[in-house]
Amino acid sequence: MYSVKELDTGTPMRVSTRLVTLEIDGQSVTVPEGTSVMAAASTMGVKVPKLCATDMLEAFGSCRLCLVEIEGRKGYPASCTTLVEPAMKVSTQTSRLARLRRGVMELYISDHPLDCLTCPANGNCELQEMAGVVGLREVRYGYDGANHLDADTDASNPYFSFDPSKCIVCSRCVRACDEIQGTFALTVDGRGFASVIMPGPTGNFLESECVSCGACVQACPTATLMEKSIAEAGQPEHAVITTCAYCGVGCSFRAEMQGTQVVRMVPDKNGQANHGHSCVKGRFAWGYATHPDRITRPMIRTRISDPWREVSWDEALAHTASEFKRIQARYGRGAIGGITSSRCTNEETYLVQKLVRAAFGNNNVDTCARVCHSPTGYGLKQTLGESAGTQDFDSVQDADVVMVIGANPTDGHPVFASQLKRRLREGAKLIVVDPRDIDLARLPHVQADYLLQLRPGSNVAVINALAHTIVSEGLWNEAFVQSRCDLAEFEKWKQFILLPENAPEAMAAVTGVPAHILRGAARLYATGGNAAIYYGLGVTEHSQGSTMVMGIANLAMLTGNIGRRGVGVNPLRGQNNVQGSCDMGSFPHELPGYRHISDVATRSLFESVWNVQLEPEPGLRIPNMLDAALDGSFMGLFVQGEDIAQSDPDTQHVTAALLAMECLVVQDLFLNETAKFAHVFLPGCSFLEKDGTFTNAERRISRVRKVMPPLSGMQEWEVTTALSAALGYPMQYTHPSQIMDEIARLTPTFTGVSYEKLEKLGSIQWPCNDAAPEGTPIMHVEQFVRGKGLFMVTRYIATEERSTRQYPLLLTTGRILSQYNVGAQTRRTANVVWHDEDRLEIHPHDAEQRGINHGDWVGIRSRAGETVMRAVLSERIQPGVVYTTFHHPFSGANVITTDNSDWATNCPEYKVTAVQVSRVTQPSEWQRRFTQFDHQQQDLLAQRERVGTKT
Amino acid sequence: MDVSKLVYMANQIGAFFGSEAETSAAADRVADHIRRFWEPRMRKAILEWVDQCNGEGLQPLVLQALQKHRQKLQPAG
Repeated sequence: MYSVKELDTGTPMRVSTRLVTLEIDGQSVTVPEGTSVMAAASTMGVKVPKLCATDMLEAFGSCRLCLVEIEGRKGYPASCTTLVEPAMKVSTQTSRLARLRRGVMELYISDHPLDCLTCPANGNCELQEMAGVVGLREVRYGYDGANHLDADTDASNPYFSFDPSKCIVCSRCVRACDEIQGTFALTVDGRGFASVIMPGPTGNFLESECVSCGACVQACPTATLMEKSIAEAGQPEHAVITTCAYCGVGCSFRAEMQGTQVVRMVPDKNGQANHGHSCVKGRFAWGYATHPDRITRPMIRTRISDPWREVSWDEALAHTASEFKRIQARYGRGAIGGITSSRCTNEETYLVQKLVRAAFGNNNVDTCARVCHSPTGYGLKQTLGESAGTQDFDSVQDADVVMVIGANPTDGHPVFASQLKRRLREGAKLIVVDPRDIDLARLPHVQADYLLQLRPGSNVAVINALAHTIVSEGLWNEAFVQSRCDLAEFEKWKQFILLPENAPEAMAAVTGVPAHILRGAARLYATGGNAAIYYGLGVTEHSQGSTMVMGIANLAMLTGNIGRRGVGVNPLRGQNNVQGSCDMGSFPHELPGYRHISDVATRSLFESVWNVQLEPEPGLRIPNMLDAALDGSFMGLFVQGEDIAQSDPDTQHVTAALLAMECLVVQDLFLNETAKFAHVFLPGCSFLEKDGTFTNAERRISRVRKVMPPLSGMQEWEVTTALSAALGYPMQYTHPSQIMDEIARLTPTFTGVSYEKLEKLGSIQWPCNDAAPEGTPIMHVEQFVRGKGLFMVTRYIATEERSTRQYPLLLTTGRILSQYNVGAQTRRTANVVWHDEDRLEIHPHDAEQRGINHGDWVGIRSRAGETVMRAVLSERIQPGVVYTTFHHPFSGANVITTDNSDWATNCPEYKVTAVQVSRVTQPSEWQRRFTQFDHQQQDLLAQRERVGTKT
Repeated sequence: MDVSKLVYMANQIGAFFGSEAETSAAADRVADHIRRFWEPRMRKAILEWVDQCNGEGLQPLVLQALQKHRQKLQPAG
């Protein structure tokens, strides 16, 4: 149920220009057409008693508690299912209604435990509240009749329990699973008195199809579905609105608190990205913030074979500054650099890039977006003029055709996926382009109209074939292209795309997609109405990642599917602040706002405000930093909130480079894989311990609010300013809002952004400036940011990572719902119950050829390395392709990925690695070395010399 | 820097811009991309490769781009 402090209007509020005026309890009220009587009453402050109704769900009309009297109508209609009508006269409180409601409550309570004082919902139970509201004083039926009081509690789910003895079968949970989440995992089994809520045929939540989004728990009006954290700690006493630190959806949450202890995270119904919905990670997997593995004091050591020594912040930062200065004196100014994090706030990433440019005196700053969406930044900038997606999430509600390319939103972006699934259930058409038969392609009540199950590495061939079909069949939007695009470049592109080599028939051998399916998908995209493209890392993480992004933009422009609701080009960002970290100038060639470092006017602006001369040359990208470390010209690195030793490709190359550095400084919550190679460890803060902002995939800037003090004593922005001061470049801020004010002063797309405005509006989608003072939900409406849209020639060039006799299978990687990125957070929560190790998905045909059975240990070899994991036989993957995730360090998924990368941005080609797979009986050589090194580093951590003690 | 990797990266860039019908324009765009995105020591290394090893392994378009725009690509100092 909602937190006690939130208003529940009972049914969703409607939006309409047509208004209806009626009378409720003698008072006139005017509401939008389509509003229920119950919701209309709530706008006047009249609370009609209710149990099965909540404004997160459509009206159901089963509890019979919300009955009202309406003049001229017979009987007692339910106010939740009765819509307002002009001149209607409604009474919500009469003696007859009171008797009826009391009678209904007597029936409910006659089969409900009377343990209110010890019930976890005590103080926040709608049944308890309604008993009070209707004045229930006795239950005439007694409590000895047939009942459900002995029903067993299902505690199988790690985060919530299901106690059927407390259930009133209002179906709110079932409807939440259907309407909001779209999983349809719950049902009402049986009829009448025998009705029970059933999580699928297995009968328990953990083994059911439930995805633990928490919608059912939130909807439950009693303690039937109850968070275990509340059962343990009790009800919260205050709540703070903040933003989730997991994926790029950027859900708004109410952190419900007892003092400085979080007892529950509840999705904020006013959240503009999530509208009150959540997923298992944001809703439940926040326990990592207080996990015993947290390191909360700075540590230093001379060599990585030494035990750590805890030191004060002053000593740690002075040591770091001293080491960085020493390295620069010996190897040159360009011998050090920094990596910003997409898990950190805008203000923090802005400061780290400022630290590098102003205090380090070079541009060797990069971000983890390098390895995910850097091709999005490049490709969309070239074609449309701005390095960002074009829409807000709500835009999907106006889409008629949705094309999902290289993304798995039900796992990677589950809250957006729920919104998308709702639109698909309403009838929008779906095209899925993916090497795997992902869940989205086959859902309850939804099946993809076209599944283009392409060969890994053939994205550009597919996008060209789609465009070829649209042009050759005359399906393109000539008027849009004529008015909005650069015609000379379009003509060049048109000549290219019409080449026979781009025809679906010619490309079928490359893509593996039959030509008639591809042509059908092209026709649907071009002629099906509003068509929107959503894409993920399956687009960007290729040697032609940037080419593919440009191909997507070409397709949207070609069909006029850009610049209004329901259409657009929508990158689904992996981490919470990928968009923001890129916006903030984390790339080595760009200052905040995507302005090239060589631009004199921009550089001068920053130089005048920062009071320092800036280096005009681009700096090193992460892969270049690693290469430079190995050649001895890059010897010091500050890594904030990243774990490149696990997340970046070709692990052995990464760790060799880290070993070559003389001073590696890692700031993180935990001793992550990269920190095991570090000489300085600076403790970081979880999102609960800091103030700032995140920017989600729809360019939405949302506040992150501190709900508990930083365990380390300092927020990251304070650490960065202190380090900068130690390096001789003091920064003067006393609050992150001042950092945002500086960003706004220096960045044209942010000039209207301030904490004050964020408080007022809730969130803001940039650009936010004089032209758009409240932000920009949809971009490129009248014209493209660059003026005329630019068609780019996107010739398909096969990756050099091809299957061979030695490596006959193609490995592609991705992620799973319950885990997040390198798993540093989610592995330290109960989410491991769903995914405690990475596994290799292999088609039964390929498995049979290799004598591999389900659950066998298999070795996966590529030209980069070898690792071992267990096999899962799956027909979701096509023959010739294997798939794994990379959430667990021991799996070594990136030991096998190679250093191939995107031509424009160096974004690694995670999605295509030629491998061989065979049955094995023991871990790989790398895994044995990893285990040994891990044990050594854990021992060195355990042996650390504590502040104030000697060991 | 690992020159073989730089050669590979430069050829990838050349392959993309090689779609330009006009070779001279394509060479300009290759050089512009390298100028805008490559850190000076990377540019220095590839230019040295052109000088010392005649740009062995580089695609003709890329070699042409590096030679034509040497001055622009040469890091200051």
